[in-house]
Amino acid sequence: MPYDYKRFPYRRAKGLDAPEPRHSCVIVGAGPIGLALALDLAGRGRRVTVLDDNDVVSVGSRAICWSKRSLEILDRLGVGERCVAKGVTWKVGRTFHRDNEIFSFDLQPESGHKMPAFVNLQQYYVEEYLAEAALASPLIDLRFKNRVDVVTVEGDHVRIGVETPEGDYTLDTTYLVACDGSRSPVRKMLGLDFAGELFEEHFLIADIEMEADFPSERRFWFEPTFHPGQSALLHKQPDNIYRIDLQLGWDADPEAEKKPEKVVPRIEKVVGHRDFRLDWVSVYTFQCRRLERFVHGPVIFAGDSAHVVSPFGARGGNSGLEDVAALGWRLAAVLEGRSAPRLLGAYDRERAFGADENLLNSSRSSRFMTPAPGAERLFRDAVLALASEIDFARPMANSGRLSKPCVYPLEAPDDPRLPPASRPGAVAPDAPQGKGWLGDALGSGVTLMAVGTEPPKTGLRALQAEVNEALAARYLGDATRALYLIRPDQVVAARWVEATAEEIETAEAALWEEPR
Amino acid sequence: MTLVTKPNIPDTDGFYAELLAAHQGLTEAESQALNARLILILANHVGNRGALTEALTLAAKTGAWGQPPATPRDI
Repeated sequence: MPYDYKRFPYRRAKGLDAPEPRHSCVIVGAGPIGLALALDLAGRGRRVTVLDDNDVVSVGSRAICWSKRSLEILDRLGVGERCVAKGVTWKVGRTFHRDNEIFSFDLQPESGHKMPAFVNLQQYYVEEYLAEAALASPLIDLRFKNRVDVVTVEGDHVRIGVETPEGDYTLDTTYLVACDGSRSPVRKMLGLDFAGELFEEHFLIADIEMEADFPSERRFWFEPTFHPGQSALLHKQPDNIYRIDLQLGWDADPEAEKKPEKVVPRIEKVVGHRDFRLDWVSVYTFQCRRLERFVHGPVIFAGDSAHVVSPFGARGGNSGLEDVAALGWRLAAVLEGRSAPRLLGAYDRERAFGADENLLNSSRSSRFMTPAPGAERLFRDAVLALASEIDFARPMANSGRLSKPCVYPLEAPDDPRLPPASRPGAVAPDAPQGKGWLGDALGSGVTLMAVGTEPPKTGLRALQAEVNEALAARYLGDATRALYLIRPDQVVAARWVEATAEEIETAEAALWEEPR
Repeated sequence: MTLVTKPNIPDTDGFYAELLAAHQGLTEAESQALNARLILILANHVGNRGALTEALTLAAKTGAWGQPPATPRDI
């Protein structure tokens, strides 16, 4: 069944009838990143307005691979379980050269996590769930068919010109967050440079609907016999939809390649029959670019407007949700006056670090998949030739390194006796807790988690962890007790085997960049 | 310096002859492909990341001997 694109309700904006009081936060773009950020801020008690030029979810499946970290973030925002229930869970990826399997990976070899390694789910479902949650929130003013056509920074605030079907109006806001995608109109209106690398190789994306029993795995082929000399990628999605991604070469004609008479025979060679329906087709090239800074005074960028990568590591939508996690609690603290605006500098630093890691991985995969003539091609082919026969070369075959959250380089208290998985800067690993999960117990605030010991008396919310096998492996290692300070985005801020209340409170104050 | 730069192969002449023999009868492209596989195999055997970087640096900066002399414009 093709997806039913329903229209979201359009309502006449107040600003059309009378000037609106200054907003504290306006988000431009109701895609997955803008909506997730709105829900994160609303969950922290902040009022937020979201402007979107359209009134439907994204057309075509677009971002489909949602990482464990993204699912944990979506879960905190109230839609994670829905995404997992609807999506196709997978953790194994297989890479083939010609018709031989040369490499496979298991992204979640251990148990004891609420969320799976990856779920494939069309972007339109994720947007639908987020939009429903946002529409239900009394703190979110979601305005469809409100196109931003002017943005000017006026000292300490931003003036936004908005176009609606019923006329134009103006909004003033203390903060504007641009979640308006890779072609970001806000970025263009501010004249910001989007530097990086453009890859000229063309790829065909086709979503097809068919009855099939392909396993829930990611499959990638280098030079398969069904698509000679190029690469191919297959992903399973819900509703019997399969994503097929075919490399076409740099000299392909995008318009011609989109036509069903070209696409259908190509797909037929992949799946071996014609018993399928084309759901969505797109031809793309990709880029690896980022803004130099993600915070420009009162204008903040998150998601594709701030950074874009090739699609092969699932690092687009997932890195955008990581931006949301790193920004939400900080922006909320600035909006409520708890922290000075310079706290947003920490968002910029951390996510620039994350973007660089994504760009590095993405460019390396792109180079391997689309080698330039000469030495690049020579070594790529050498790796593939060796990988069919010899173990060491198998992991060198780079079909995309799948999105994992980066470990932020924090200067924070740490103890070498504690295990690396939960070091400061890493996302606090999930573990079973009673009948539930640690992630749920941590919630959206700062938590002092005590493992195998009593937490010292501080002003912080304390959590006495249930010590079980998974939790001990992830949080104790060789130690018998530990204290963990965990941030509102569930990143480990600091940890000790032993600490005084004062040491813990000092580390907590540092999170908000409050001098103590 | 972890990269060995002093003579280290017993029977140097024998190894050199074996290297040439491996390329015997190959086309230019086949020879290049063989060299690429050989580099990857040897690099994996070495394993030591620092030594590999030193080897890459050394290879890049050597080899000037035998090139045409630089013209004054290049200098």
